[in-house]
Amino acid sequence: MKNNPNYMSGAEIFFECLKRENVEYIFGYPGGAVLKLYEHLYDVDFLKHILVRHEQGAVHAAEGYAKASGKVGVVLVTSGPGATNTVTGIADAYMDSVPIVVFTGQVSSHLIGNDAFQEADIVGITRPITKHNFLVRDVKELASTIKKAFYIASSGRPGPVVVDLPKDVIASKCVFQYPEDVEVRGYKPTYKGNSNQIKKAAEVISKAKRPLLYVGGGVIMSGSSEELKIFARENKLPVTMTLQGLGAFPGTDPLSLGMLGMHGTYWANRAVDNCDVLVSLGARFDDRVTGKVETFCTKAFKIHVDIDPTAIDKNVIVDLPIVGDVKHVLAELAAEMNTPPDTTEWLAQIEEWKNECPLVYEDNDGRLRSEFVIEKIFEKTNGDAVVVTDVGQHQMWTAQYYRYNHPRSNITSGGLGTMGFGLPASIGAAFAVKDRPVVCISGDGGFQMNIQELVTAVYNKLPIKIFILNNSFLGMVRQWQELFHQEKYSFTDLSVSNPDFVKVAEAFGIESYSTSHPKEVDNLLDKAFAVNDRPFLVEFKVVKEDMVFPMIPSGASISDMMVKRLNPKRMI
Amino acid sequence: MKKHTISILVENHFGAFDRVATMFSGKGFNIRSISIGETEIEEISRMTIVTEGDDKIVDQIVKQLNRLIDTIKVVDLTGTPHIERELALIKVNVPKGSMEEIKNINDIFRGNIVDITGRSMTLEITGPPDKIDAAINLLSAFGIKEIARSGIVALKRGEQIKIKKEKDLTTEKGK
Repeated sequence: MKNNPNYMSGAEIFFECLKRENVEYIFGYPGGAVLKLYEHLYDVDFLKHILVRHEQGAVHAAEGYAKASGKVGVVLVTSGPGATNTVTGIADAYMDSVPIVVFTGQVSSHLIGNDAFQEADIVGITRPITKHNFLVRDVKELASTIKKAFYIASSGRPGPVVVDLPKDVIASKCVFQYPEDVEVRGYKPTYKGNSNQIKKAAEVISKAKRPLLYVGGGVIMSGSSEELKIFARENKLPVTMTLQGLGAFPGTDPLSLGMLGMHGTYWANRAVDNCDVLVSLGARFDDRVTGKVETFCTKAFKIHVDIDPTAIDKNVIVDLPIVGDVKHVLAELAAEMNTPPDTTEWLAQIEEWKNECPLVYEDNDGRLRSEFVIEKIFEKTNGDAVVVTDVGQHQMWTAQYYRYNHPRSNITSGGLGTMGFGLPASIGAAFAVKDRPVVCISGDGGFQMNIQELVTAVYNKLPIKIFILNNSFLGMVRQWQELFHQEKYSFTDLSVSNPDFVKVAEAFGIESYSTSHPKEVDNLLDKAFAVNDRPFLVEFKVVKEDMVFPMIPSGASISDMMVKRLNPKRMI
Repeated sequence: MKKHTISILVENHFGAFDRVATMFSGKGFNIRSISIGETEIEEISRMTIVTEGDDKIVDQIVKQLNRLIDTIKVVDLTGTPHIERELALIKVNVPKGSMEEIKNINDIFRGNIVDITGRSMTLEITGPPDKIDAAINLLSAFGIKEIARSGIVALKRGEQIKIKKEKDLTTEKGK
């Protein structure tokens, strides 16, 4: 057996498996339990290891890479604290269905349960936040487990998978055999939708007077943006998107209504409220979309296409469920559509709503506003850039004002709402995307949560345009405090304690600028987009007290929507 | 709130039971009783869970159970012909002169006396859960010291659900 060229150590097997899964990048951080893996990594040339500065950053980077490329993001960290530091990222990936595989080191098998040095039960800890996880107990199971991990992470409704690797398993040897096929008895995602249901859906849509497509991240993940474009345009169907769905349909297309929900556009939400057929494609009716479920979209016949059966009837009871991959279902649905519905009147009505209450912001007092900066970024890039955001007000403004024209361009933490996501995710995205600019829009609060990853961007010469919209506040929390918590700005004012972001960036070796004047924005953005071989940072000091509107308060109805307070007459 | 008996075939993997339990607690679903044991296939265990909830909740419970990678088959037995059995060990006081009476009750329920001391008797009673409830109810007149119930095990009547064995599934064809 020992003469068999395939007789290998767990560490060698590990990299052989990654080679066969065509892994290009590992985002990781070494440590005691994974030393053997790093020993072999030293001589590996078919993939690149990206050293982050905190394990949470590694997971977000892997997410950014996965979202931008459509491939599986890979993370490698050590046991104990290395593993527990990945938890937030894993939970984030779980909520937003991002395909990543996280390899964690573990203490030797005989020490498991002994409170050994750097031991943590990461399989137990991550059980509720992973699609699945594994503890590899025998080197003979290593190859098949890795195969399963990649398969589970990337198929069906994607999600994070954790593989825990005890130190002794990595060190021991066996004959390497990589399974060609993988079959998991208890896991059979449904790809093809029920044909009768699809036929019925086509009939309903054909007869609709006020149809609306409600599109989520599932359309992007299944790679069906082209199908969606053709389907919507041929049948003249208006499209509204969830936060994760932005980019699935071109934001500049006249049929695009932008985002719906809590901070969605006025006209998208009015359309949801008044449509007679709602077709949900790869979206999950989450609470930021529906508000009060009892009053959500009450007049419509609801069709729900989703690959995950648990998404059906979870929050909103639908009339016609179709379990399947959006790509398959859309193709079949398009073929079944005999006559497109007449939506002329309906589109005119939506246009009217759009004129009634457009997205507006104050722009004549000479003060710098986030909306203005984002609109400028949109203009400079024609909606073609990959725009990664953090979480908060700037994220919502980006969703409103950056009209994404391509799928896999909008990278943001939606379900979990993880501050600190933006910078590391943009690093991952920059490894995946070379032909379009990668922009990271962050707030002053979130930026500080993974600020250490600036090193990773600099060291790898990633041309990320980092734009900090600094309002010296935890702006979104401040907004809620103003609206719902008696203006008690409890611990949200960062103006005294914020660092000098330009100096911080300089310390990391990044060319950086700061401005609070609208007139300087053009010039600074041009400067930023001209640099293509290293990161570039601009801090925009924006108005402190701005709020994101429209806003439907949590758990409220569309009729409770608050709109911009520029002109009191515009209040509905 | 209706009671539902759900039968689950799970991989006999490390942590499979915990995955099911974690799903219930994480999603806020109730577990009335739970039992787990081996099946005719070595790598598969059967869990029987009694839960409760309205139709929407039970629908979600079944879907969420199905979504777990380690579950192979999930069936809500409620509403379909099936057999439910439970085993209870009931340690009951034996007041002076009531030995015969307790023995009679035990006979009526076709139980076994599995332990006896001067002052107490332990009865083993099996049957559908309501039969056990009835026995406990009658015996409580003498004073019950301790009860241990197994939780329900259940099987569908009639045809059998065929499950492939692991070794028939994976085809490792070298590399």
